[in-house]
Amino acid sequence: MQVIKLLFYFIVVPGFLFTALVGLISTWVDRKVTARVQWRKGPPWFQPIADVLKLLGKEMILPEGGSVFTFLFAPLMGLAAVTLVSAMLWLFNADPRGSFIGDLIVVLYLLTVPSLALIIGGSASRNPLSALGSSREMKLVLAYELPFILAAFTVVAKTGSIIMGQIIGYQSANGMIFASPSGAIAFLAALLVTQAKLGYIPFDMPEAEQELMGGPLLEYSGPALGAFKLSKAMLFFTLPVFLITLYLGGIDLASVAGVLWFVLKYVIILTLIILIKNTNPRIRIDQALRFFWGPVTVLAAIGFILALAGW
Amino acid sequence: MKRLFKWGLKKSPWVFHLGASACNNCDIEILDVLTPKFDVERFGVVLVGSPRHADVLVVSGIVNRQSIERFKRVYDQTPSPKLVVAIGSCACSANMFRDSYNFVRPLDEIIPVDVYVPGCPPKPEAIIAGVVKAIGKIK
Repeated sequence: MQVIKLLFYFIVVPGFLFTALVGLISTWVDRKVTARVQWRKGPPWFQPIADVLKLLGKEMILPEGGSVFTFLFAPLMGLAAVTLVSAMLWLFNADPRGSFIGDLIVVLYLLTVPSLALIIGGSASRNPLSALGSSREMKLVLAYELPFILAAFTVVAKTGSIIMGQIIGYQSANGMIFASPSGAIAFLAALLVTQAKLGYIPFDMPEAEQELMGGPLLEYSGPALGAFKLSKAMLFFTLPVFLITLYLGGIDLASVAGVLWFVLKYVIILTLIILIKNTNPRIRIDQALRFFWGPVTVLAAIGFILALAGW
Repeated sequence: MKRLFKWGLKKSPWVFHLGASACNNCDIEILDVLTPKFDVERFGVVLVGSPRHADVLVVSGIVNRQSIERFKRVYDQTPSPKLVVAIGSCACSANMFRDSYNFVRPLDEIIPVDVYVPGCPPKPEAIIAGVVKAIGKIK
């Protein structure tokens, strides 16, 4: 019985199907707002769903001389990791007592797996451009992980707990962490990292449509490409939920007002991400490294020190 | 499931632009189709960077001795089901290069072409009409 319940959580709600649906619709919001910013009309609401359905039915070509198992395993790994993070975050928010010691660390680890999947998939493609994209993604991961962990541990220093359930409980008792100076600084740093984790402009150099033709995704076609697109769309939903859980007071699923409050917070974060995406050019990989190890790490460190000082 | 896939294919044709030493006039018109005035993303058309992601190959220019092998390869690299749209008189019938020493044979003798859009260059409206006809061929 317990197993069936867990499988239901993982596959239907709040795991795979729910996250995929909301993630795909969020991707549509992104494309529509982008179109409106550029004075276009934009695609209809079912566009991302049609894209993924189409990719599921297309032929899948395996690159000659590439590693077949690794090539096909990478997209599934990314998809499974995002699904797990999403299911965990929602279950912790629904029942804070269900979380365990160190679950924040587990979530932080699982959130790097989609990037890892891109690196592995690109390396298994046996294509120089894919390999270049993988190497850029690797550098990007190296760049943003340090400020991301500092920003996440600001919350730990503030609440004195590494259990997500207790972090949510602390926020419902003392107000959201974002309201304190250290929390606001950490949120800003984490938001910038989110942009890079999603691979959106200005940090889309691993995929670089113009010079790398899609980078690690270059050799992928059909269902495998669909899995990558889907995991990216799901990440577009999961990462804002993670930010809301850590900094903006979590999700109150008990009342309608709480759910609407969550939707409002989600839309604000989404809008911020989309506007950053649409108003910036792509920067070079060395500039990204300097940006994350320089200003963003300093910012996150200041937030961490402020949190230790009790601000 | 098959019907869902057909629906998806009709609603999101991803286009790969295959330039065969065109004079750039057709290429400029193809890019025009993506600008805000015509905005083909309304119909789900996206320009992709890799033939592996593409559903529709848009070809402009004549095929010469150098590019004939590459053409066959790019066509094979595209996952099926795939469509080919020949844009401009050059791709349709070699136009003024018909008697050139460099011209080998017309495009449709090398790879199967689904829709021809003549013009030198064709108007963006004509290109959109051509792609719509190509989508209509999906059965």
